[in-house]
Amino acid sequence: MTAVLVHIELEGEAIAPVSFQLLGLARTLAGDHGRVDALLVAEAAEGQLPQLGAADRVFCLGGAVAAGYLPETHFKALQAAREASQPELTLVAYSSAGLDLAAATAVSDDLPLVAYCQGVERDGEELLVTSQLYAGRLLATSRVTLPAVLSVVPGTFEEAAGQIQGNPEMIDLSAAVDTSHARMRLVEVMAPEGDDVDITTAPSLLCVGRGIGDQDSIAEAEELAELLGAEVVGSRPVIDAGWLPKSRQVGKSGQRVAPKLYVSLGVSGAPEHLEGMSKAGFIVAINKDPSAPIFETAHLGSTCDLFDLMDSLAEQLRQRGQ
Amino acid sequence: MHIVVILRLVPDLADDLDLAEGGKSIDREWVGLALNEFDEQALEEAVLLSEASGATVTALALAGEGVERMLQGALARGASAAILLEGSGDDPLPSRTAAPIYAEAIRALAPDLVLTGVQTIEDLFGQLAPYLGRLLDWPQVSAVSGITLDAGHCQVRQEYSGGRQALIEVALPAVIGLQTASKPPRYVSASKLKEAMKSDRLSRQPAGAGRLANAARIERLVPPERSAGAEMLGDDPDSAAAGILGALDARGLLGT
Ligand SMILES: Cc1cc2nc3c(=O)[nH]c(=O)nc-3n(C[C@H](O)[C@H](O)[C@H](O)COP(=O)(O)OP(=O)(O)OC[C@H]3O[C@@H](n4cnc5c(N)ncnc54)[C@H](O)[C@@H]3O)c2cc1C
Ligand SMILES: Nc1ncnc2c1ncn2[C@@H]1O[C@H](COP(=O)(O)O)[C@@H](O)[C@H]1O
Repeated sequence: MTAVLVHIELEGEAIAPVSFQLLGLARTLAGDHGRVDALLVAEAAEGQLPQLGAADRVFCLGGAVAAGYLPETHFKALQAAREASQPELTLVAYSSAGLDLAAATAVSDDLPLVAYCQGVERDGEELLVTSQLYAGRLLATSRVTLPAVLSVVPGTFEEAAGQIQGNPEMIDLSAAVDTSHARMRLVEVMAPEGDDVDITTAPSLLCVGRGIGDQDSIAEAEELAELLGAEVVGSRPVIDAGWLPKSRQVGKSGQRVAPKLYVSLGVSGAPEHLEGMSKAGFIVAINKDPSAPIFETAHLGSTCDLFDLMDSLAEQLRQRGQ
Repeated sequence: MHIVVILRLVPDLADDLDLAEGGKSIDREWVGLALNEFDEQALEEAVLLSEASGATVTALALAGEGVERMLQGALARGASAAILLEGSGDDPLPSRTAAPIYAEAIRALAPDLVLTGVQTIEDLFGQLAPYLGRLLDWPQVSAVSGITLDAGHCQVRQEYSGGRQALIEVALPAVIGLQTASKPPRYVSASKLKEAMKSDRLSRQPAGAGRLANAARIERLVPPERSAGAEMLGDDPDSAAAGILGALDARGLLGT
């Protein structure tokens, strides 16, 4: 492949892990003779360049206009970088920014786009791309002609391959990106809500999903968690319903966790949830639907009713305690 | 103030997904269909905004199996009007292919704000909101949880990984891909639904002829391999619990 362009994302001040994953993928696809370009929009862009050694060139938009994430600014910068790079393939993460940018880029430049991507293979002049569809229940293989845009699921590709210190050539985009006449303005950036616990450091987590049914049943899960020595966390619907605080959400828009033990009750295992917990050491899943995708990631599973299981587990743990 | 909310039906994941002949799509004949969960959030947010500001809400959908009933449901939940776009061809059309049809209808309606779900479980070729944003040349923000309206602009809360969020002010008209409404979607009573079924607030229009070309195509659809999956303990709670505790003991994972 002649050139692959990667959109780099920040998490707070740091380069997001998914960006290193994409750089690693880009390096593999570009091969020995292809070029890897990256786009970095960040207030202190220059200081971060050495971390992007996996790229040959980094297109940079820095300074005040690049502070925080604004979809409009990133889109304009990506257009400018694409114009200069002429990539055969543009890689963005399946993230909030990637959701904004992938389709916008595809339609502006009349390119095909494949989303939810988890595997890429070259096939002559085309790509064969594997994606998760139907919340992980089916895998789709698509054939795509180049040039193209892919939006890639975080956590799919190795970070190490893209985490290379180096000295990429820097190309300043300031003159190429017109940020006047902006139709968006960043009002406020909110840090994650603080809470009693940091779920990313707890050794054991008990996760409740929509299957828990209502707020009253959370108390039952909390009792069981205490017996297990675990903290209670939840999938997104449980947090959205207000049954647990946002600081206890696991997944794409919550926390990435990797405890020694992760027990999930009534969680289906959507890709956006798995993204936050698939690296846990030992995963136990309870879900009465035998085809729930969580069972592909879990080590141990049962299809019994979660309420019956909570009762049995709690009772057996109490008996041991006596 | 006029808000358009775009609604789509997707296969109900509570049902088995069987493949159609050829293995490139699912067999929609037997699968139940449900309102896309993020579109439901978008509808709720639109209705909340209309209650707060007096905005009118128009629900927009491409005709297809079950869609008329779905739009009646939207009226029952508080939409002021519903429009069914007819004659677009395949049911369903991918969001990418269909984006120009929605864009044409939206241009004619000239709303201040377009809301739709951030994604569907079928959006293999890209999500609708960013496609529409570009086609209309209106600002677009995805993964939004919560909108407030002001004169000439709205404020949206965009969510990122790690629980970070930002408030972004967006000039109207704009397109927003909604993830979560400010409040959970409301319950709709059967009597409201009956009333909506009799109402004349649902109209029909021919779908425009525009389609987005797509140089990507599905080769095959398969269930993921099960080989790497969990060791299953069956469905008796007592023995499953005993099996779990045994496994945790063996690995030293029980808190002491
Ligand atoms: C941009 C974006 C970001 C997202 N971020 C996140 C995120 O950070 N975290 C997250 O979790 N999700 C996230 N999601 C949502 C994600 O797509 C899923 O909707 C969500 O993970 C589903 O949660 P769930 O598994 O609890 O619910 P469901 O998918 O509804 O699953 C509930 C499960 O419970 C089982 N069940 C029901 N009753 C019982 C019972 N009595 N006993 C046993 N089992 C039972 C059912 O079989 C079902 O499988 C995000 C989505 C988007 C688009
Ligand atoms: N330069 C950037 N590039 C991509 N994403 C960004 C950038 N800056 C901020 N973000 C996103 O916006 C969120 C909030 O950013 P921050 O204000 O830096 O904490 C981060 O978690 C990122 O996902």
